[in-house]
Parts: sequence; structure tokens; C-alpha cells
Amino acid sequence: MPFDLATIWAGLIAFAVLAYVMLDGFDLGIGIMFPLFPDKADRDLMTNSIAPVWDGNETWLVFGGGGLMAVFPLAYAVIFPALYIPIILMLLGLVFRGVAFEFRFRTNRGRVLWDWGFGLGSTVAGLMQGIALGALVQGIKVEGRAYAGGWWDWLTPFSILTGIAVVIGYALLGACWLNLKTHGEIQAKSRRIALAAGIGTLVLIGVVSLWTPFVNPVYFARWFAFPTAIFSVIVPVLVAACAYALWYGLSHDKHLQPFLAALAIFVLSFVGLGISFYPYILPGALTIEAAAAPDSSLAFLLVGAAVLIPLILIYTAFAYWVFRGKMDPNEGYH
Amino acid sequence: MFLGLSAETLARFQFAFTMSFHIVFPVFTIGLASYLAVLEGLWLIKRDAVYLKLFDYWKTIFAITFGMGVVSGIVISYQFGTNWATFSDKAGPVIGPLMGYEVLTAFFLEAGFLGIMLFGLKRVGPGLHFFATILVAVGTLISATWIISTNSWMQTPAGYAISPNGQFVPTDWFAIIFNPSFPYRLVHMVLAAYLTTAFMVGAVGAGHLLANPANRQARIMLSMAMWMAVIVTPLQIAAGDTQGLNTLEFQPAKIAAIEGEYETTKPAPLILFGIPDDSAETTHYKIEIPLLGSLILTHTLDGELKGLKEFPKDARPNALIPFFTFRIMVGLGFLMLFVGLWSLVQRIRRRLYTDRWLHRAALVMGPAGFIAVLAGWYTTETGRQPFTIYGLMKTADSLSPVSAPAVGTSLIAFIIVYFIVFGAGVFYMFRLMRRTPDEGGGDSELGDGPTRAAGITPAQQVAEAGGDHAV
Repeated sequence: MPFDLATIWAGLIAFAVLAYVMLDGFDLGIGIMFPLFPDKADRDLMTNSIAPVWDGNETWLVFGGGGLMAVFPLAYAVIFPALYIPIILMLLGLVFRGVAFEFRFRTNRGRVLWDWGFGLGSTVAGLMQGIALGALVQGIKVEGRAYAGGWWDWLTPFSILTGIAVVIGYALLGACWLNLKTHGEIQAKSRRIALAAGIGTLVLIGVVSLWTPFVNPVYFARWFAFPTAIFSVIVPVLVAACAYALWYGLSHDKHLQPFLAALAIFVLSFVGLGISFYPYILPGALTIEAAAAPDSSLAFLLVGAAVLIPLILIYTAFAYWVFRGKMDPNEGYH
Repeated sequence: MFLGLSAETLARFQFAFTMSFHIVFPVFTIGLASYLAVLEGLWLIKRDAVYLKLFDYWKTIFAITFGMGVVSGIVISYQFGTNWATFSDKAGPVIGPLMGYEVLTAFFLEAGFLGIMLFGLKRVGPGLHFFATILVAVGTLISATWIISTNSWMQTPAGYAISPNGQFVPTDWFAIIFNPSFPYRLVHMVLAAYLTTAFMVGAVGAGHLLANPANRQARIMLSMAMWMAVIVTPLQIAAGDTQGLNTLEFQPAKIAAIEGEYETTKPAPLILFGIPDDSAETTHYKIEIPLLGSLILTHTLDGELKGLKEFPKDARPNALIPFFTFRIMVGLGFLMLFVGLWSLVQRIRRRLYTDRWLHRAALVMGPAGFIAVLAGWYTTETGRQPFTIYGLMKTADSLSPVSAPAVGTSLIAFIIVYFIVFGAGVFYMFRLMRRTPDEGGGDSELGDGPTRAAGITPAQQVAEAGGDHAV
């Protein structure tokens, strides 16, 4: 495996995307579950549990996008026109849900609108992220240095399936977050949702995994040929172990364990994708090497990233630490 | 074509639209973050609760502004890819890392400490909370630095080479970051953010003084804002002047468009008003002052000023927009100076809190900074046309391979959503600003909020940590 600047950056961008999915995943999941919690007090508690951290979570999305432009400008220039409609819809969804945190506390009459905006915006954002993922897995048509496909290439049964999988998966993360941050009735309800969403997530991961090798022969070779086929055995076994940990935690009054197990399922799925993609950044169309910016760009940003990313992780962890513990529904609602 | 407009026109309009909405929020957050840090510092030093109340008053407004800035900013960071893919591919190696550093040094910092700043005072105590507030304020300034560096590089590119595949390749990062127009633009922008915020705070203070001249918090708002107006406005005018000289050196066509001069003149007059006509290559209905153009732009009485005809037709900006937006910006700047000086006179005469006409003027001037900022940006961005990277890359060559209907449809979606979302946001902000300071929550509807609602008290935490907190 070559250990050059482009590969390091591919790893860092992958890390940023994973960090985004894990962190914004659970707070988007809170929004996705909004229709299941019609009560205002519950909704206040849910949004307040993520209000201090959602902005930091979403910054990973900006880093993933902005970073891609910096280190793989060609990939950035090809992917976003190809995913034009899902990206625009995702952005509009994020606009609605992002402002809802503040807006829903600033009005009584309009709260219905912002509650809907929060729920629908989160769901659309998650769905479009999943669809974008599915479209990437399927492959994007490139000619020269530009996207060469049509406007609706991204819309396929496969991409819709991955979109639904991501929405259900985010709901799982959100439900496990609530199990961690609340107690009483809302916690019990979130556990029931987590169980259902957990089953849904695992079934959908299974279906997507079985479908993927047939979407592109590259994946088939990767999954069923030595030595990478080893992972095809290991990863599902680990997923099964996490699924057990999730189920056990939810049925034995564990608060943190289900959340960690759900995150681990996301990490494993992501690793599976990484194995399928490498060394491509766009499967079958664009390799990491070909998409990379010149070394002078990669090195310049890497110097900062090497120092700043650990620092960011430390103070992000500190922010989570400050707001640790259970939410108190009696505080702050006069 | 979509509604008779090309994909390029629609993409430009989309960028202008989303950017115009976006820019007003960071401008306000840059100024408010520093103002909040000053207020909290004063509270900690003077131990006067009035400053904490002021802090809380503006904090909720800051939170709304910040949220709108975040979501409108994410759109921008992806719009480079959706609509301007060719530009992103070619210029990404240079401007990408600059924006990458903005995310790493500023966005994460702001986001990481914003939660503590907004919700964490009881949890972390005043010292650490003050530290968080300062970090958020510093973050906004770092962010401004990188993004102005990026934009300045597009205006006055330096430190690059062009590779065989057409990409701009960085050769000297110091030259890229500190490109020729960067220092001038950074100073001008940060001062603009401070002035804009000062006039907004001043308007809120003045508005409440009109209702009750004895309101102490309103007095402090007006007083602090008017100090800023009287000190910063002259600095800003000087900064604008030096930026003008810099633009004359590096982007003379932009200056010619701003001045509305098609012919080269020596000495140059200053055209106060007129209507530039690009097709006739002349400015109609000119009202001009002799010699003043040379004096302002060359600081001599007989300096030469190049007219637009010196530049090939396909390398000239449209003159009409920068001509007018520049005059709006400068006019508002001098109005701000006038209000600042007026307040200084009344302050000396001890009538700062009783001159109702001054308060009315300050109230009306509330949005002046925002309008000036937008006008200034339209001036500098339309003045850079027809290039995205001045002199090197045409806007027409920067576009994604997008079709007009796709850009047009997304543009309409953005317009609808932005007017709903940001219209509501601005309405809520105004409602928060209408709350009378020092009288509790004011509007009963605004009583609760995420501000006071995050989690449990430390005592409960300790109890729980010792309990059966299962893992």
C-alpha cells in the first residue's frame, strides 16, 4: 500500500466523513424521530440534548466538502454536478433543521412550522446523504475532467435503498442517544424505537451488502477474492457482535452501550465501503492519485491538519464532557 | 436556457443571492462576538450585573444570527462544486487549502465553544465561560482572515503556477495568503463588521431610549455604539482609501468602472453622479468636481486616471453596478461619520441620552452597515468581472457542466426557502430587539428557550455519577 500524501489525505477525508456520519447522524436521527414524539415537552428535551453540540457535528460536513475541494479538487468538481439534485435538497433540508433549534423557541404560533421543518429537514438531509452514497457506489460517468452523465443518473432503486438505510440508521443512532441522555417514559420509548430501527438497519445493511457486489464487478472481485475476502468474513462477524451488544444493552437497561454499539455498526459499514472503494475515490472512474491536488497543496494543509485535528478532537470531547449526563425535563421550562 | 437566461447568468445570480443572504450573518456575528466578549469582560471586571444582562440580551440574538450564518454557509461551501465545478477543479489546489484552514482553525473552534458560550455558564463557571466567549470571538476573526485571503487571491492572484492540466498550482503559500490586496481588504472588512454591529446595537439602544430615556441598559448600548461610530468610522474611511489605491494599482479597470470614466483623464475629476452607459461608452448626466478624482486616487492634483476604453471590451466590468453600489457604500459611510460626530458633540454637551433627534437618527441608521457591506461587496465582486480569478480565468469558463433548468430550478428553491427561513429569522431577531432591556423576558412567548434548558445541575450530576449509571 503506497504511503504518500494523497493516500494520507484520502484517509483523512474518509475520517472526516465518518466523523460527520457518527456525530451528525445521531442529531439528524433526533429530527427523523420527531413525528414519533408529538409532545412539546419531549421535543424540547430532544432538541436541547443536542443544541450545544449539533453545530460542531455539522462542521465535519463542511470539512469533508471543503477538504475535498482542497485535496481532491477533481473529485469535488465531478461529484457535485453528478449529485446536483440530492446535494441541493440536502442543503435545503439542513437549512430548515439548523434554524429550527433557535426558531422553535422564538414563537408559539410558528412552532408547528419549525417542528415540521426540523423533522422533515433532518429526514430529507439523511435520505439525500444515503442516496448520494448509493449513487457513488454505483459509479459516476466521467469524461475528461468533468461529469458526463445526466441529471437523474443518481436516482435508482439501489440509491433509494441506501437512502432509506441511512435514514433508519440515523434514527437508530438518535434513539440510542436519547436512551443515553434521558430517563423515564421518553427513554423507554426511545428504546423501543431503537430496537425497531436496529432490526431495520441490520436488514438493510444486509440487503445493500448482498446487492453491492452485483452493482459493479470490481466489488465482486474485492469481496470474493483473496486476500480481501478475509474482510468479507470478519466484517459481518463483527457487525453481528455489535448487533448482539446493541440488543443486550437495550434489553438490560444499559445507557451508553447501545449508543456505542450503534456507532460501531456505522464504523464497520464504513470500513466495508472503504475496502470496496480503495484505491478509487470514484469507483471505476477516478483513483485517489488521479484526483489529488499537487503535493504543494496536500503538504501545506496536512501540516495544519496534523496539529489541528487532534486539537479539535480534544476540545470537541471537552464540549461533550461539559454537557454530559441526563437531561432534566424540569429545568428551564417555566 | 431557462426563462430566457443562460446557465451562467443563473449560476451567477444564484451565487449572488445565496452569498448576499449569507454575508450579512457573519458580518453581524463577527461584530457581536467581539461585543459579547467585551460585555462579559466588563461584567467580570466591574462586577456590575448590568453587563451580564446586556450579555444575555444580545446572546439570544447572536445565537439566531450564528445559526443562520452556519446553515447559509454550508450552502456556499457546496455551491462551488455544484455550479462552479470547473473553477473548483482549476483553482481548488490554491483556494481549497485556504478554506480548509478556515474550517480547521475557525469553524471547529467557534462550534466547539459556542455551546459552552450559549448554554454553559452555570456548568463551567464565569472564568472558563469568558474564555469560551473569547475563543468564539477569535474564531470569527480567524474565519474572516482566511476567507478574505481566499477572496483577495481571486482579485489579486499571486504565488501560483499553471500546470499542464490547467490547474493553478501553489508555488509560494506566503505570497498566496498575503497576496497584494489581502491586508487592505481584511482591515476594511473587519472594521465594516464592527461598524455594522455598532450601528445595530446603537439603533436598539436608541429605540429603547426613545421609549424610556432612563433605561440604563439602553444608555450603555447607545454609548458604546456611538464611541465605536466616532472612532471606527474615520479609520474605516482611511482604510477604504488605501484599498482604493491598492485597487488602482492591481485592478485599474475596476476603478475606472467605479469612477464611471470611459476616457483616460489627467487630471481626473470626480464624478459625483451620472449614469454609465457601457454600450455608448460614456457616462450620461455627469455631475463632476474637477481635480478631486486625481486627489483621491493618486493623492496628487494632476494624477492620470485610466478610463475603461484602455481595456479590451471583453476584459471590462459592467460599469453601472459598481458605479452605484460604490456611491451607496461611501454615502452611508459619511452618514455614519456624521452620526458619530453628532453623538460626540452631544456627549460633550451631556445630551447624549436626551437628544431625541440623535436617537431617531441612530435608529434609522441601524441597517446602514448591512447595506454598506452588501454595496461594497457588489462593488468589488462585479468590478472583478468578467473574471473569477482576475485576469486569468473568465467567469464563463468557470461553470459546471450544468444545464440552465437545473440551475434555474435550484435557484427558485433557494429563493423560496431563504425568504421563508431567513425572513422568519430576521423577524424573530427584530422581536428580540424590541424586548425592553432590564424587564425580564419581555414578550411572554420568548420566555423559554434552549438558552436555559440544557441538562442538569452539577449537584445532580454528582449524584448520578455515583449512582447506577450503567455502561
